[in-house]
Amino acid sequence: MQAGSATPCIREVFRPWCIQSGNVGLMQTSTPANQTELAAVLAEANESGLGVIPAGGCTKSAWGNPPRRADIVLSTTHLNQVIEHAWADLTVSVEAGCTIGKLQKVLSSRGQRLAADPAWPEQATVGGVLSTNDTGALRLCFGGLRDLVIGITLALPNGTLAVSGGKVVKNVAGYDLPKLVIGALGTLGVITQAVFRVHPLPRHSKTLTFAFANLEAMQRFILSIQNAGLSHTALQLRVGNFIEADILLEGTEAGIASQERFISEIASPADCAADVWNARQRLLSESGVLAKVSVLPSEIGDVIAELRRASTCRVVMQAHGLGFVFMPEPGPLLPLRASFESRGGSLVILRQPNQIEVWGDAGSALPLMVAVKQRFDPKGILNPGRYLGGI
Amino acid sequence: MNALDSATIQEFRAILGGDAIVTDVTELKTYDCDGLTNFRVVPRAVLLPASTEQVQAVVRICHRERIPFVARGAGTGLSGGALPVANGLVISLARMNRILEVDIPNARVTVEPGVINLDVTARVSPQGYFYAPDPSSQSVCSIGGNVAENAGGAHCLKYGFTTTHVLGMDVVLSDGSLVRLGGKTLDTPGYDLAGVFVGSEGTLGIATRVILRIVKMPENVQTLLAAFTHTTEAAQAVSAIIAAGMLPAAIEMMDNLAIQAAIAAVHADYPICGGLLLVELDGPADEVDLLVAQADEICRRNGAWSVRTAQGEAERALVWKGRKAAFAAMGRLSPNYIVQDGVIPRTALPAVLMEIEELSRQAGLRVANVFHAGDGNLHPLVLYDRRIAGQEHAAEKLAERILEICIEKGGSITGEHGVGEEKKHMLSKMYAEPDLETMQLVRCAFDPLHLSNPTKIFPRPRLCGEQPGVYKPHPLEQSGLAERF
Repeated sequence: MQAGSATPCIREVFRPWCIQSGNVGLMQTSTPANQTELAAVLAEANESGLGVIPAGGCTKSAWGNPPRRADIVLSTTHLNQVIEHAWADLTVSVEAGCTIGKLQKVLSSRGQRLAADPAWPEQATVGGVLSTNDTGALRLCFGGLRDLVIGITLALPNGTLAVSGGKVVKNVAGYDLPKLVIGALGTLGVITQAVFRVHPLPRHSKTLTFAFANLEAMQRFILSIQNAGLSHTALQLRVGNFIEADILLEGTEAGIASQERFISEIASPADCAADVWNARQRLLSESGVLAKVSVLPSEIGDVIAELRRASTCRVVMQAHGLGFVFMPEPGPLLPLRASFESRGGSLVILRQPNQIEVWGDAGSALPLMVAVKQRFDPKGILNPGRYLGGI
Repeated sequence: MNALDSATIQEFRAILGGDAIVTDVTELKTYDCDGLTNFRVVPRAVLLPASTEQVQAVVRICHRERIPFVARGAGTGLSGGALPVANGLVISLARMNRILEVDIPNARVTVEPGVINLDVTARVSPQGYFYAPDPSSQSVCSIGGNVAENAGGAHCLKYGFTTTHVLGMDVVLSDGSLVRLGGKTLDTPGYDLAGVFVGSEGTLGIATRVILRIVKMPENVQTLLAAFTHTTEAAQAVSAIIAAGMLPAAIEMMDNLAIQAAIAAVHADYPICGGLLLVELDGPADEVDLLVAQADEICRRNGAWSVRTAQGEAERALVWKGRKAAFAAMGRLSPNYIVQDGVIPRTALPAVLMEIEELSRQAGLRVANVFHAGDGNLHPLVLYDRRIAGQEHAAEKLAERILEICIEKGGSITGEHGVGEEKKHMLSKMYAEPDLETMQLVRCAFDPLHLSNPTKIFPRPRLCGEQPGVYKPHPLEQSGLAERF
């Protein structure tokens, strides 16, 4: 293991925690050259019971609760290759430290893409995006990362490198471990490689933007679009001191034109605001309080109304019910969370000045999750304390 | 098989009612296999609970008495997933067949596990929605079984598998406790245990309530039939369609044997040819018309001597009826068959079809091919006659060799039927020991006593560490089927 001081991004993220908690150590950095070395580093750390913080592009290092201890930053920066782009089979194998931007560039050379739009693609890595389950507008049409990943290699604290899934999209042999580690914040193992299904780049695309006088009108619009049987790729709501919706149409010119005609009978498009599909990333880049919310599509209007009553806020939400909220102060967070949970939804805090528990209600499955964690990471060395229920 | 003692039977009767427990040996034989009839095990009893609470209560007794159990939906599975285990019980979910909630504005339907797959679509089609996973057995198979196997079907090329359409579920664990995995909204905080549970083949517990996603029907659907002289030409056309940037809703292939069987069984109006492609495209009407024309041109460019589009809904339904009846129709060609479910990269299709043809010639056995060409999921049907000495053995060897070829090509031993009992000996050819051990960590977290469908999937079940108290070997250890971690 290479000893050294923590990288600047990690130092900045963890400095407050270092100061507040005497349990957070001096944080060495390890940058293994390949997954075999990474597994060895992990095993060595496990032997000593050291706290390990896996790190990719560090774009979301502040997500999750503060760690109970952090001794080693385990960086995937050298695991950055696209291993194999089987373009004719529409699959790609890639190392976890490869940035999304680099991956997309390789895929686009064959007219393909990973049909996902996580934030900060030029810095965010495959492993980090999977571990945080960061998804955007494309999820409405193409599903989440759980629907795009077809195989994973995971390094466990005991030094094992375990493969699950494979290189073909249809595969039900054995348990679906990729699902388990997506969104697990690196607490079960360190992702070293992933295999994705990819999609052809669209032949044409067009964005339509609509403005609404009130949230009721916006909600009626969402329902009309859903019922219309269109093939839109994305439907995004942006609310601040304005209420706007963006629809992304992709496909043939004829198909786009016919859908545009149909939609225009529901509502008249406004002038398209600049760069609307980066609105989520801009919101996530704000300083202040940030939260991810999940609600039912039919309640989007009511939920945004509730957010606005609680605080000045800005919201970027997708029609599938996942959204991101910026507000200046954390005061409303807990009452809002209680309200959303009573609706069957959730509110996860991504950034705050306080130490409010980040995840919310753990539900009846928490003991099962703890049991899974104990099997995979019995000494609790991976991101200790950062996950739901103190995992 | 040891019969249950009368005290335990009385306990089950008190929970379920007298008519919801089967103990008569003749009746028990009805449950001794699923769609894979080569393997048969008579269970000690069959329980038919009608509610989550009843499932919990009976599983608690199983836990207390250390009786293994196998959950069963409609019993249509093709890998022995619902095959009873020795000295175990079957817990049938057939009575739990209610659709509990239909939420059209949110495109969600909540069902009990015994609901039949096609009945979900029937319930929501008046509102213009459908439930996308469409295994060929969808008119009889259950949602619970679909969840266990992560069932696919022809349209999963575009719409995804069961796991794409299951948002959450209530699960009874093997100690009788009830947990909620996932929910009606996306990304419920915590590990995606619902995602792990789908496709776990009943080894992690019993789902008693499932929240499904339904999909709005597209504006237009057109199905194209293209006839080729040989399946390799048809396979090349498939690659060309995908390479053109199209994502059809389904691409299915049938060879001459399968075509003959389908025509004989359901009078499908198929051209007699070496390889038939069914290509279904859906979406906005203008777009579909354009894509159908492009697919037509691609097929002809790759050797199709006839291309036509099904006219109207009735003809389209008949086209699909022939495809979905293909397995059952094999009975008209042969008294016995083994069907496999291997997956290969799509680009390997032409070469692998040639290899299968050669293996078939060498073995002297016919192999019919009907499969999901769009995602490389083969269904070779090895035809044989059990009454002829040596044919069954030869058929098994041929079927296994086909799966080995799938592994060699970087594919999978199962795309949708599951590992079950049938293919567990092949799992260690596909995954290394560390991979299988890692998967079994999950199993130990859910079911440390290995009571829920304990002998399925893994070739060598690993028990989950020492239990406190006096050492008592697990029945699987005693039988030499398992080792302890």
